Amino acid sequence: MTLLVYDNTFEGFLTAIFEIYEYKYIQPKIVKDKNHTLSLLDETIDVFTDEKKANRVLLKIEKSIGKIGVKILLYSFLSEDINLEKYLFEVIKYILEFPDKNVINNFSNPNVMQVHKLSRSVAREKHRMEAFVRFEELLNGIYFSKIAPDFDVLMLILNHFKNRYQDQEWIIYDIKRNYGLYYNLQKVDIITLDIELNNIKTNQDLLSDEELKYQNLWKEYFDHTNITERKNMKLHVQHLPKRYWKYLTEKRDIK
Amino acid sequence: MNYERIKEKLEILADAAKYDVSCSSSGSNRKNNNKGLGNAAPSGICHTYTQDGRCVSLLKILLTNHCIYDCAYCVTRKSNDIKRVAFTVREVVDLTMNFYRRNYIEGLFLSSGIFKNADFTMERLVRVAKLLRLEENFNGYIHLKTIPGASDELMQEAGLYADRLSVNLEIPTQSGLKLLAPEKDHQQMMKPMGFVKNKLIEYKSERKIIKHVPKFAPAGQTTQMIIGATNENDFQIIKVADHFYRNFNLKRVYYSGYVPVLSDSRLPSIGTQVPMVRENRLYQADWLMRFYGFKADEILDKNNPFLDLEVDPKMAWALRNIHEFPVDIQSASLEMILRIPGVGTKSAYKILQARKFQNLSLEHLSKIGVSINRAKYFIDTRSINKNLRFLNRLNFRELLINQTKSKFDNPFNPQLSLFDNDAFSLR
Repeated sequence: MTLLVYDNTFEGFLTAIFEIYEYKYIQPKIVKDKNHTLSLLDETIDVFTDEKKANRVLLKIEKSIGKIGVKILLYSFLSEDINLEKYLFEVIKYILEFPDKNVINNFSNPNVMQVHKLSRSVAREKHRMEAFVRFEELLNGIYFSKIAPDFDVLMLILNHFKNRYQDQEWIIYDIKRNYGLYYNLQKVDIITLDIELNNIKTNQDLLSDEELKYQNLWKEYFDHTNITERKNMKLHVQHLPKRYWKYLTEKRDIK
Repeated sequence: MNYERIKEKLEILADAAKYDVSCSSSGSNRKNNNKGLGNAAPSGICHTYTQDGRCVSLLKILLTNHCIYDCAYCVTRKSNDIKRVAFTVREVVDLTMNFYRRNYIEGLFLSSGIFKNADFTMERLVRVAKLLRLEENFNGYIHLKTIPGASDELMQEAGLYADRLSVNLEIPTQSGLKLLAPEKDHQQMMKPMGFVKNKLIEYKSERKIIKHVPKFAPAGQTTQMIIGATNENDFQIIKVADHFYRNFNLKRVYYSGYVPVLSDSRLPSIGTQVPMVRENRLYQADWLMRFYGFKADEILDKNNPFLDLEVDPKMAWALRNIHEFPVDIQSASLEMILRIPGVGTKSAYKILQARKFQNLSLEHLSKIGVSINRAKYFIDTRSINKNLRFLNRLNFRELLINQTKSKFDNPFNPQLSLFDNDAFSLR
């Protein structure tokens, strides 16, 4: 088997695809750095990400499956699934084999279905972050939010928040992957903070004077807009899985 | 901020507004072009869910619970002995802005009890929206309740600031409304709906000619009916809904199962169950009319005026029209695929795509997302489908009911299966 080790970027992955076709490797398998294990029977090749090669693959694919199809592939790539490279490689092979058919719509092909499934879970997580991010106003006027999403969706939610919150400074920080977005009223920068952030909750001393009042008002609103006669906890948890409660001001204990 | 006072008002006025079930923030695409706050997400966003499982998308409050009317079904009716409060225009604006800044909400849904008269109340609702748009540069979602009897000028202004307008029909039948809210009638409610409808058409056609015509209620108008407060039947309800969808360009009709909160001899007594299954069936019927190509008369008729509580309305239709089945999954039209119980609109689209590539099996359909335990009895595939033999059995209906578990069932009520499991396996 030929193991192609790439750098965990989408471009790197597409470069690997290009080289598989370029050098006609025998039994190719694309793997990430971190889970790349040596076996005596395998040949290992390091793939150096090459934007030109990646772009050529991308353009070729886009011709067959369109922008919508490419988006599905990209989203599935962000799922960090352990078999991701296998499914994606199979699907791309399939696309290249039938360039005139939009095979991403073949919902009866198991690999295509897997890619759709992964793409859907990433899209769902993106949407949930757009819904469940809770900003807290800090003393310096910055609206701050910490998240720890299941997938690396920060770059996918950038535009949503940039378009929406233009008249306030804000930070959304992924404490699981230790990087964040900072909007300074002009543009969004990608930042890394030096301080250790391992708790979703922010120290109350850092919050603005009004912050806790609004948090409490929101919690009151949340309780009073509920109809007790219709209580349905099963449905509640189905829409609001417990792992997201940590983000939500209204589901946390605040004094 | 006078925290204690705002808190009290918020509690009372959120409590009073919560029986309005609409909380949707979809249908608008207002942009944030002025470097202000907010925009509208066309598909809407639910920012949280209450313990009753309902989506919270908007800050849904009344401006006041003072009211000159005495409608039997309403918590804020004049004769009810409760504390009355009112927000100032500024207070509503500040709450909306501050909740929005923290990403709690998509916007504001403002309704109100009627103080003094229609215009006086409407003018204040409009003032809130105007302040948000013009002074605060707020581009988030605004849904205003329009007050029947308000002047055309105010309605016009409301449409220019709001994304959605709505008037509630309250009770589906004229006679029911007469009984519970003698001061109101449907004619009075239809007048503003007709006005909005005409404006929507007018602005839309003007936009085709002149580019910079302002938007008028881009998310359209909706209405709500209370279900189970009077003795109306489901056929009447869906006929009313159908009428309004077709003649008033409504985006949505909401059905709100009556929650008994007041004792009144004209109403179901306190402690009566909220008709949640019935409400659910009405929504299913509504969806069939809007997305599945069903006509109101196909769902119910005069002789069968109530929706079947045991099976969903699409299944009920299939059971009455067994002769239309099985449907050949490889060749059937979209219209017919949409009529298979257990097949949703997304699955239908995927079936049309996937069948171009190969013959589909029940397993494929299951992976696509079809609810196969219902659909398998109605679908013909290129391989043998043993489930089809049940289709013409006399006890087919019982068989279906026994093997599908309603989400409203008590989970601790063990039900014995009368049939061997083999008969229901996938192939």
